Amino acid sequence: MKILSRKDRSRRSVSALMTSLTALCTFVAVGILIVILSYIAMRGISALNLRFLVDTPRPVGEGGGIGNAIVGSGLLLLLSCVVGIPVGIACGIYLSEFGGGWMVSGVRFLIDTLTGIPSIVTGVFVYAVIVLRMKHFSAFAGGIALALIMIPIVARTTEEMIKLVPHSLREGALALGAPQWRVTLGVVLPAAASGIATGAILAIARVSGETAPLLFTAFGSRFFPRNLNEPIASLTVQIYNYAISPYDEWHAQAWAATLVLMALILSINIVVRFLTRQKFS
Amino acid sequence: MSASTSFAAPKFEVKSHSSAGSTVTKIAVEDLNFFYGKTQALKGISIEIPERQVMAFIGPSGCGKTTFLRTLNRMNDVIAGTRVEGKVAIDGAEIYAAGADVVDLRKKVGMVFQKSNPFPKSIFDNVAYGLKINRMTSSRSELDGRVEEALKDAALWNEVKDRLKSSALGLSGGQQQRLCIARALAIRPEVILMDEPASALDPIATSKIEELIVDLKKQYTIVIVTHNMQQAARVSDLTAFFLLGKLVEVNSTEKMFTAPTEKLTEDYITGRFG
Repeated sequence: MKILSRKDRSRRSVSALMTSLTALCTFVAVGILIVILSYIAMRGISALNLRFLVDTPRPVGEGGGIGNAIVGSGLLLLLSCVVGIPVGIACGIYLSEFGGGWMVSGVRFLIDTLTGIPSIVTGVFVYAVIVLRMKHFSAFAGGIALALIMIPIVARTTEEMIKLVPHSLREGALALGAPQWRVTLGVVLPAAASGIATGAILAIARVSGETAPLLFTAFGSRFFPRNLNEPIASLTVQIYNYAISPYDEWHAQAWAATLVLMALILSINIVVRFLTRQKFS
Repeated sequence: MSASTSFAAPKFEVKSHSSAGSTVTKIAVEDLNFFYGKTQALKGISIEIPERQVMAFIGPSGCGKTTFLRTLNRMNDVIAGTRVEGKVAIDGAEIYAAGADVVDLRKKVGMVFQKSNPFPKSIFDNVAYGLKINRMTSSRSELDGRVEEALKDAALWNEVKDRLKSSALGLSGGQQQRLCIARALAIRPEVILMDEPASALDPIATSKIEELIVDLKKQYTIVIVTHNMQQAARVSDLTAFFLLGKLVEVNSTEKMFTAPTEKLTEDYITGRFG
């Protein structure tokens, strides 16, 4: 074996130093995440029970739960999906299949900008355009605010996934006399389906944690939703309201609701992992 | 094809397919120029392709043979920035005329690609695709019959008849290519364009495809691009030699490989370049 020169040794020690530095940073990042998760679990678990999950909020001292907020969050997500996913996918198809020229690069730039808009801006916009016109808060307004956040995410993932479909597939279908729109719907979209589904679920995970756009739109409610044209409760707004209250009991409930929300987002992410793994197997 | 010195005299086994075939012109091309942006890929091509015969396009890589093949079903339309000048007529109808319908054209002129490109669907659905989108069958049993017929014509039926519902991606490379041929045959085109259909296949799969080509010319006009001159000699009635975007020579395959008219053709066939 060759005897190490001084230069070799210093190179090796620099390499070892840099490796340990990056490892340290990784531990710090992951460590903070673990601390956050375990702290939430610790604080949240005490107020968590079945009754808490199904009951509606009650005055301080009487217990109560977040059942209406869970149902409300679910409905808001459903509304946002109904609006946001089809529009986002259609937009992504346009960008990738009928793309080219200044128009498409313009649209793509706008969508990228839209992705970066703070969600509270979206909330204020929907408040001005929908809530003020209708003169009341509603689940519809909340769903639209969330959909506006979803659209750019879904559009860009759809575009990227469709671009991965080999060009030869399109040519094969075109050569059989298929018109462009049938090629897109019948051959390209199914081939990109699992990737698009992943993008859609990521978008759902993203908006399920949004609070700000719901404050001015869905507003919140102390009852189970009966009508989508009325204000509606959501986990995030409920957490916000309880957390800024002066009562210890509500603080505990806010922690428990946070735990529920984290579990919800975590399970959505696990579904995404599962879907992406299937794609590559 | 490497320039081997033992190739002094062209030794191609040219099968005589008793080419007393039709002399009716199926495709007539007149002074065709083709551009990718500012690059001219085809220069003044004029050629007549007769009905129910196999015509092979040979020539070195980048000589424009695939580009030319793709102008015959307007497949180049999907590539942005391309431009065509000149006339291409199939059965006397100009395919680049203002009112010409590209969907109708492609129903009439089928295509098999260099790399097999089955859809990620079942074997049955691959063959049925063209029939379904063009609404060519009126009942389920008719559809089943047409799919079976196409798979038989492509000499694939016996290998797949028990697993029509399984994914086409599970087939071997040679089977996938024959599936793509079946898919093209199912809509009963009149012309079949083949872009190096056997270039990615092993010798056994290749010979199956070649037998198929010889068999198919009873019903179809076939135009095949090939890098393999032996293959051109084996399957085609007529051969066209392309070089640098120009058509150098068209002749009967027999004549082309034994006594070509042009010096350039002879040089290429004997392996002096390319």
